[in-house]
Amino acid sequence: MSELLLTVRGLRMHFPVTEGIVRRRVTGEVKAVDGVDFTIARGETMGLVGESGCGKTTTGRCILRLERPTDGEIIYDGQNIATLDGKALRGYRQRIQVIFQDPYSSLNPRMKIGAIIAEPLHVHGIEPNAAKRDARVRELLSICGLNPNFADRYPHEMSGGQRQRVGIARALAMNPEFIVCDEPVSALDVSIQAQVVNLLEDLREKFGLTYLFIAHDLSVVRHLCQRVAVMYLGRIVEMAESDALFDAPLHPYTRALLAAVPVPDPTVEQGRDFQPVKGEVPSPMNPPSGCVFHPRCPIAVPRCAEQRPESREIRPGHFVACDEVR
Amino acid sequence: MTALHAVTYHADKNNGFTERTSIIVPPLLEIRDLHTEFRTGAGVVRAVDGVSYTVGAGETVAVVGESGSGKSVTALSVMRLIPNPPGEITGGAVLFAGRDLLTISEPDMREIRGGEIGMVFQEPMTSLNPVLTIGRQITETLEQHRGLDRSAANKRAEALLTQVGIADPARRLKQYPHQLSGGMRQRVMIAIALACDPKLIIADEPTTALDVTIQAQILELMKALTRDRGIALIIITHNLGVVARYADRVNVMYAGRIVESGPAVEIYHDPRHPYTIALLRSVPRLDRPRQARLDPVEGQPPDLTRLDAGCAFRPRCRLADEACARSRPSLTPVGGADHFAACFRAAA
Repeated sequence: MSELLLTVRGLRMHFPVTEGIVRRRVTGEVKAVDGVDFTIARGETMGLVGESGCGKTTTGRCILRLERPTDGEIIYDGQNIATLDGKALRGYRQRIQVIFQDPYSSLNPRMKIGAIIAEPLHVHGIEPNAAKRDARVRELLSICGLNPNFADRYPHEMSGGQRQRVGIARALAMNPEFIVCDEPVSALDVSIQAQVVNLLEDLREKFGLTYLFIAHDLSVVRHLCQRVAVMYLGRIVEMAESDALFDAPLHPYTRALLAAVPVPDPTVEQGRDFQPVKGEVPSPMNPPSGCVFHPRCPIAVPRCAEQRPESREIRPGHFVACDEVR
Repeated sequence: MTALHAVTYHADKNNGFTERTSIIVPPLLEIRDLHTEFRTGAGVVRAVDGVSYTVGAGETVAVVGESGSGKSVTALSVMRLIPNPPGEITGGAVLFAGRDLLTISEPDMREIRGGEIGMVFQEPMTSLNPVLTIGRQITETLEQHRGLDRSAANKRAEALLTQVGIADPARRLKQYPHQLSGGMRQRVMIAIALACDPKLIIADEPTTALDVTIQAQILELMKALTRDRGIALIIITHNLGVVARYADRVNVMYAGRIVESGPAVEIYHDPRHPYTIALLRSVPRLDRPRQARLDPVEGQPPDLTRLDAGCAFRPRCRLADEACARSRPSLTPVGGADHFAACFRAAA
């Protein structure tokens, strides 16, 4: 295995829940991320999947240091960035970037595309020369498959797929080595998704990028990621090489998740014995005792309600947090 | 359920439909050459530009397409829910159980909405009234359409919530939408749609806002309920997997028109329109080995204010030639029975 770029250890992000307007009291906490460990090697694409509220986006925001984690370490290139502040944090932020889900709300509608892409260069004082900055913007646009003349347009003049390319160009402006992609294709039309996925792959090769790819679309994750972690209610329940995870999922939640994805083929679908998993995701304010999945789990035994299963390496590189799978 | 397949249609040159075989059972819903336009600052948008399709009693028909393809506007036109201005239904007919929904009076139409035709929308949070209890929103329908009194309506509402898989219905009826999860709200929407024993339910992206395990639950629920009661279902979606799992027939829409129509199995195994072919090829599949690279549909979605006389898919089509620039192709039979494609290059 190549050099580790990112190590996340015991990451916790708890948000206080308050009541009252005049006198605020903390009445509980949402354990959005509750003890997450994983690593990403340089040049690797790591997938983080799960349903809404599982903590995948919060994990990404902690790594970007858009949140200050409650507890845990985030070691990026040898340095713990979980507690960085001020100038050191700004320095770190030059090396990592983010691509957001919604290309409609993540671009300022009153700024021209050129200004949007040039903004990080401006903020970090990388390129004070306006003409050179302009040339760089045009270069970035063409790298992302857009006409350089788009620099003079506004976001509303572009389609969703084109806007997402602008979001990618902005992320690339700082020459980052690591990009957190938070649902980068889910808001796009089906016919456009594949274009953007291919672009992300091309850029990874061209610039040697490392991605944390956060998504709920499992087929896209399988296509793009070398390794995948499945999250449920703030915890990673299974983590493995992509092929191992999709070919032989071990955790009952991963199995349920994969079974729930319909395949675009009526004949395959008719032949599938399909039983949707029962119940809904419990509230992260009041998670179930023991294994958080046990109320919905088809193979749960009484012990699951009492004891939180630790993540075990069942096969080399294949981690499962379930005591009932062998 | 089986009789409806005896009715077949083929498109004539005017993009209208003529009957080919004798009618044994008329379809429950027949949309004929529907046109809906929106007047916008950028020009007139022909959101629905000559759409015709039928839904037989008890049949599940999927309408697939991307944003702006006209799939939702077609459904809203059927229900006469197009805001005017800027929108207007400019032509066509919508025959439902023998009546043209586009010409009946507004009070009659109100009887049909939520009565004989139920609706389930994408975003249950915005389609439920936030200041009314769940119970009131269900009983309102029952009192309006069935003339039930308050206590009878309440009893029926409780039964409906049980049928859609909501535990402790008496308590839930007193709650407000924000107290329910997204999946639960969509179950309530389905309960409202079912309240008056409709013959048809139109579900517009019913599970797009939901997580995948909840999506599966909701779709299974809708399938079971419509099958058991013989309710016809129109599912409008962009998810090709959902269509494959649930639909009997599929209509593929692009730029306001149906470009391909046929039985689900035919559409997936023998797609003829270049758009359908490209779309199916572009999605990564969990049941197939990983591809080295995805094969996307190139280009951008069409700008509906700038369509010319030719085929709207032409700029993105690998097969396009001069004929495609001259006129828009109409649906013609291809392949097996009941399979149509609107393409000059689709081999018959």
